[in-house]
Amino acid sequence: MTARKLKEVDAVIIGLGWTGGILAKELSEAGLKVVALERGRMTTTESDFQLQHVRDELRFVQRQEMMQDASRDTVTMRNTPKQDALPVRRLGSFLPGEAVGGSGLHWSGGTWRWSDNEFKVRSLYEQRYGAKFISSEMSDLRDWGITYADLERYYDKFEYMAAVSGKAGNLKGKVQPGGNPFEGPRAREYPLPPLKSVLSSQLFAEAATKAGYHPFPRPAANASRAYTNPDGATYGGCQYCGFCQRFGCEANAKASPHITVVPAALKSQNFELRTNAWVTQIIKDASAKRVTGVLYTNLLTGEELEQPASMVMLCTFTMNNTHMMLLSGIGQPYDPTAQTGVIGRNYCYETRTGANLFFEGRSFNRFISAGGTNTVIDDFNANWNFDRAPHGFVGGYIVSAGHNTNLPIGNRPVPGGTPAWGTAWKEALAKWSDSSMGITSSGGSMPNRYNYLDLDPTYKNVFNQPLLRMTFDFKENEHRMNAHAAQVVNELAKSLNATRMGSANGKPQSWTVVPYLSTHNGGGTPMGTDPKTSAVNPFLQSWDAHNLFVMGANVFPHNGAYQPTGLVGALAYRTADIIKSRYLKNPGPLVSA
Amino acid sequence: MDRDPEGRRAFLKGAVAGGAAAVTTALPATAAAQAAAQTTGSKTAATVPASIGYVFLTPDEGAFIEAVVDHMVPADTLTPKGTDLGLHTYIDRALASGWGKGERLYRQGPWRQGTANQGYQLPLSPSELYRAAIPSANAACMKAYGKTFDKVTPEQREAFLVGMQQGKVTLENGPPVRTFFSMLYDNVMEGMFADPIHGGNRDKAGWKLVNFPGVIATNQQNIDKFRDRKMPTNPLGIADIS
Repeated sequence: MTARKLKEVDAVIIGLGWTGGILAKELSEAGLKVVALERGRMTTTESDFQLQHVRDELRFVQRQEMMQDASRDTVTMRNTPKQDALPVRRLGSFLPGEAVGGSGLHWSGGTWRWSDNEFKVRSLYEQRYGAKFISSEMSDLRDWGITYADLERYYDKFEYMAAVSGKAGNLKGKVQPGGNPFEGPRAREYPLPPLKSVLSSQLFAEAATKAGYHPFPRPAANASRAYTNPDGATYGGCQYCGFCQRFGCEANAKASPHITVVPAALKSQNFELRTNAWVTQIIKDASAKRVTGVLYTNLLTGEELEQPASMVMLCTFTMNNTHMMLLSGIGQPYDPTAQTGVIGRNYCYETRTGANLFFEGRSFNRFISAGGTNTVIDDFNANWNFDRAPHGFVGGYIVSAGHNTNLPIGNRPVPGGTPAWGTAWKEALAKWSDSSMGITSSGGSMPNRYNYLDLDPTYKNVFNQPLLRMTFDFKENEHRMNAHAAQVVNELAKSLNATRMGSANGKPQSWTVVPYLSTHNGGGTPMGTDPKTSAVNPFLQSWDAHNLFVMGANVFPHNGAYQPTGLVGALAYRTADIIKSRYLKNPGPLVSA
Repeated sequence: MDRDPEGRRAFLKGAVAGGAAAVTTALPATAAAQAAAQTTGSKTAATVPASIGYVFLTPDEGAFIEAVVDHMVPADTLTPKGTDLGLHTYIDRALASGWGKGERLYRQGPWRQGTANQGYQLPLSPSELYRAAIPSANAACMKAYGKTFDKVTPEQREAFLVGMQQGKVTLENGPPVRTFFSMLYDNVMEGMFADPIHGGNRDKAGWKLVNFPGVIATNQQNIDKFRDRKMPTNPLGIADIS
């Protein structure tokens, strides 16, 4: 190793998206010397997201300009351990971002408070349905070691920082009309009222109410009006431009690290940001159960450097965090045969199905939307009164409608049976494409012993390091959940009496890397209370190195129906708090194994 | 491969030999398109020549692509035909761009066919895929109908494209037909609906077809004003407000 060794700092942050940004701000304001290493480039609204160039679907959606460059680093995938994994040569099913702001630049802003149902999943299901309800392949389904009450003030902090627009459904235990009655109790309202709704979300709300369900506006980090957050960051009001998911926001209405926590951190003399800095390894001192810093390469010069640090915060995208742990040899890699080891364990994804509806002569103006112009029902998710026994699955799903980013290259709805080209195709597009809406379910994905991440034996990244190998498919629990979701979606869809309808598919599905499904990957370095089955403790501190903290949805032991970012952000704020209040005074394990 | 010696290829060779000839070829094409539009009542884009030349496609490839885009997007009362929308130009520019050369594509071996769920696994960049596939497609078309794709009847074009889409056509010594067709189809759609700065979607005809307003800055009022009724649009592209 010829890496040039730099002066030690208090904390080094790997990756500057939401979690890295939150920790950068919180720790540098607390007086620590903090360096962030981001492999992408700097991002500002002024230089990167200006009208009119930001409104280019081809550039940002099909050509994936803000996403991880797969030619340098990707994953390999297979559906089962018996197959040969092959590289995901072009990103498709999921899209990690790569720049200052990370995936927080191109998300649509869905921000949820995951409920106690998730964190107490094993004990709740065992108590109600008996231990046999959970199949042996799902033995890694577990309680998380945290509660909703632990997180309430951190959810709140994230929501107020991120200008979340929504309607409370439960204030201090009292159910509120218009909100989600199944959510956990909130100390106060959302910082901003809900976004405006669109025709499709209204039609869905009417159908759901008639069916006895409880529709509410999707909470989203899209400012419904101009807003200044508690850190002094200013937001413009959402313009419903329709270019939300996959795009940066020129109005600064969509919360993103590059307009909030990152500039707040940069105000501190204690914080230094190094972009184009690719971390290849966290350096461990195994005998002392701690890490000593990181090795990284300056992508502008090719020079390799060592950045020593008293603490390392691993804050890259979900899979990349697991990858870094494996490349650094921290924690025992998971072995699905013996069911030993922890790194790569509990990898989970998302279950989806949907129906398409066409209303002759009706105009949805589907290009007008925000990330949160949806209406949602939570009756089959956080609602614990929904009896899963007849359906035989663990977890739940939300159902929603309302046009989000629907741009014309990627989204050209026509009724089934329409030719793919020619005059008849154009006639159908002209007649139906703006008279269409969808109803979609998004469901959880539970751990299965044969779904996991490890290092690929064959393929390498641009630094000649093994790629991460993903072994994943939807299993029986997902199939059952999907069958039930399709039934609910189709009943709601039928009740709207559309002219034409394409039904939701409730048949078992197999996971494919094309087309896009969701960037809500979870697990890989799961949290828990037992070091034999978890990579980090409930404060997201590595069991194997007490000065290494691992952020992101990779710490989720299972994936719920909600989008992950609200919980990811709350957990990052909680870790920042425990570091400031306890860890710095007495560095060592925060939980005894 | 030697076919139609007196036809389009020979003509194009002549056109390329003299720069002035290349310019004059564009004019009658546009005039002919205008005349056709007048007699059939179909739409056409009259302001720009049908082809502004290729930076990647060879004459044979160009003829193939032009035939594909004109068949998939024929002139009718809804839009002008594909070449009048610049779809062939879009595809040419896309293949010459970083994307066409394999940017953001993981290109290390070993190479295996894999399962459908594992996605694209060929050792070819998009431009290499087109270059390998078009001669094979023309050879398959020749075998079936005795002519290259640009020379067969509309009915034969339809049957051949459906055959490619369904994997019933085999590209001998070429790449898997469905992989090629799926990229070709996606590229035609991109040309039709991407911002006109990318070379296609001339006069925003694709956007007008689906009532897409383009780069409009704000819908803060439109969202209420046009709820449940059609918002009139006169779409603007990036170049319109640059």
